[in-house]
Amino acid sequence: MNRLTLDARNLICPLPVIRTQEKVEHLRNGDELEVLCTDPGALHDIPAWCRIHGHEVVETGEHAGDFVVRLRVRKLGNQT
Amino acid sequence: MTEQRKAIALISGGLDSMLAAKMIRDQGVHVEGINFFTGFCVEGHTHAIRTHDRKRPKRNNALWAADQLRIKLHIVDVIEKYKDVVLNPRYGYGANLNPCLDCKAFMVAQAREWMERHAFDFIVTGEVMGQRPKSQTKSKLPIVAARSGTYDRLLRPLSAKLLEPTLPEREGWVDREKLGDISGRSRKTQISMAQRYGFKDFAQPAGGCCFLTDSYYAAKMRDLWRSRGDRDYEFDDIMLLKVGRHLRPKPHYKLIVARDNGENHFLRGYRNRYTHLQIDDHPGPVALVDGDPSLEELKLAARITARFGKGREADAVRARISRRDGTELLLSVVPLRKGQIPQAWYV
Repeated sequence: MNRLTLDARNLICPLPVIRTQEKVEHLRNGDELEVLCTDPGALHDIPAWCRIHGHEVVETGEHAGDFVVRLRVRKLGNQT
Repeated sequence: MTEQRKAIALISGGLDSMLAAKMIRDQGVHVEGINFFTGFCVEGHTHAIRTHDRKRPKRNNALWAADQLRIKLHIVDVIEKYKDVVLNPRYGYGANLNPCLDCKAFMVAQAREWMERHAFDFIVTGEVMGQRPKSQTKSKLPIVAARSGTYDRLLRPLSAKLLEPTLPEREGWVDREKLGDISGRSRKTQISMAQRYGFKDFAQPAGGCCFLTDSYYAAKMRDLWRSRGDRDYEFDDIMLLKVGRHLRPKPHYKLIVARDNGENHFLRGYRNRYTHLQIDDHPGPVALVDGDPSLEELKLAARITARFGKGREADAVRARISRRDGTELLLSVVPLRKGQIPQAWYV
């Protein structure tokens, strides 16, 4: 399992989601990704994206002025 | 066992695309959504930036719609590719800088590429015949199908019965009888369908979801082109056109002055790329300088910035000018007084 961080600060909706989507595309089942954002909307959008794509949101919160979403990649078989 | 067909649905986050995707999903087709980020999308950005919009729900409407529909949504960054649509629209602009017909054909073409890459069978859109004069008339719908290269693999479920049967209908992948015959600008049928499907809350963007339809935004874009002598733009340009008051005292520079703390915060994110100003001894806005003003012009820029701060009536205020190279200049300036900013400076 890999643990990675994605810096999506100073990006506004929907770019944090797009960057997350691009990053996750290259990750494996079980990998964890921590996304750092400054757009508060990302706290809703990234979990919504995870929900519809079947990934697991491990944690959301605020740290040192940044919003943080930690997710665990879930990939089963041939996924788009 | 019959093979389950797959459709990719363009999801804007508005009601029509939700209904279209739902109608096809209800017929047993595997549906996934696709949404394109051009940089001109209204939703999210002003909400994310401006302080007074903070109470509104911070959500991406396309994602929210997909979540309601329980379908996957793929958001695609088309910022660079979209430039050609904006700068060279084959079918021209609408009332402002909105290249609606070219835009629709572009997006459907992008969806077609996605469809082919992922072995999906057809494309679904929420287009309604007669709803939009620039892109959704009976004569314009076939143009979108042809220009995008989708031809009869493009299904518009809401108006399908008023159009020629498409491949998914002819092949029996979907039942044409269960599709719609909606036309025109009335929303009654769609609202009634939304109630039937249990969609309680859906985005209804008045005047569209694109800044290019906005006359103020289009004026700022034209001003940008005129001042640079070049019809082109970078992503940061189009983002900054959404933010602040834009004032151009001289053709070779303009000021972008924040309107609230949310915009102050946003503009500070650009402080390494633009000369920026702030008044040190009174609360007030951050202002970015786009262009290359002289020292005297920077002083005027500081006086303008001071006009929009709490020290606007002070005898003098201390302005801090921070250049891109990191050097700073502190000036004592007299804020411009009421009526001293000519209306013609406002872009």
